[in-house]
Amino acid sequence: MSAETRSASEKADFKRELTEVVPHLRAFARGLCGRPDMADDLVQETLLKAWAAQERFEPGTSMRAWTFVILRNAYLTDMRRNRFRGDYDETVAERILTAPAGQEEPIHLSDMHRALLTLPPERREALLLVGAGGFSYEEAAQICGCAVGTIKSRVGRARSTLNDMLAEGNIPQRSIGDETAHRAILEELDDVAAGNGETAKID
Amino acid sequence: MASGKETSPTDAAAQNTKNAKAADQPQWADGLKQLYDSVVEEPLPDSFKDLLSQLDAADADDANQNGNG
Repeated sequence: MSAETRSASEKADFKRELTEVVPHLRAFARGLCGRPDMADDLVQETLLKAWAAQERFEPGTSMRAWTFVILRNAYLTDMRRNRFRGDYDETVAERILTAPAGQEEPIHLSDMHRALLTLPPERREALLLVGAGGFSYEEAAQICGCAVGTIKSRVGRARSTLNDMLAEGNIPQRSIGDETAHRAILEELDDVAAGNGETAKID
Repeated sequence: MASGKETSPTDAAAQNTKNAKAADQPQWADGLKQLYDSVVEEPLPDSFKDLLSQLDAADADDANQNGNG
C-alpha cells in the first residue's frame, strides 16, 4: 500500500532528498524544542511519518518545506502532550555573536538561544522559518498553514521581543511554561485541528 | 571589521539591495542564522541513516513478498 505506484527511481530520489534534508530538520527541531536529544527524537518521528506519507510528496517541490510541515505537526502534538517544556540546552557554545556599541557585555550565541526559547512557540517557529531557515513569508505561511499577514506579525513581534531582551541583556534564565502561554498554544492547536491549517494536514 | 570585501559593480548593486533589506535588521539577526547553521553543519549521527536504510529495506521486503506471493 505504501509506495508501490512510484517507480524505483522516484523512490530513490525521495530517499536521497529526505536524507539531504535531515540536517535542516535537526536545526529546525533544535530551535523549536531546545534540547538536542528531544529534537533528534522529533526528527526520527518526522522521518517515519514522511516515509509513510511519501506518496503525497510531489516530486520537484521543496522537500524541506514538506518535511518541515510534518515536523511542526509532530512537535505541536507532542507539545499538547506536554512533552516539551522548551528546556534550554546548556551545551550551546558561548560563542560571541555581536558586541553592540555602548554595551559592556557582548551577546553570545547561548543568549540568543535562550531568548529564542522564551518566545511563544508560534512566534518562535515563525522567526525560525524566516530568520534562520531563510524561507519567504509566503513559504512560512504555507508551512504553518496560516495567512501571510499572520506570519509577518508573528515575526515582527518575535523580533521586537528578542530585541528588547538582547539589547537590555534582560534574558530570563529559563523559558516560561506558564498557564497563559500554554492555553494560547492549545487554542491555536484547536484552530489548526479545525481545518484552518490548510497545508498542515500531513500527519 | 567585515567591510573590507572588494565587490564588482554588479555585486555592489546586489549588495545595496541586500543592505536596504537588512537595514531594519537588528545586530543579532545574523545570530539566528548562525544558530541554525551551527546545527546544520554538525556531523549527522548514524542513527538517521540507519533509520532510512531500515525503512528502505522494509519496503523492499514488502515488494518482494507481494511480487513473489
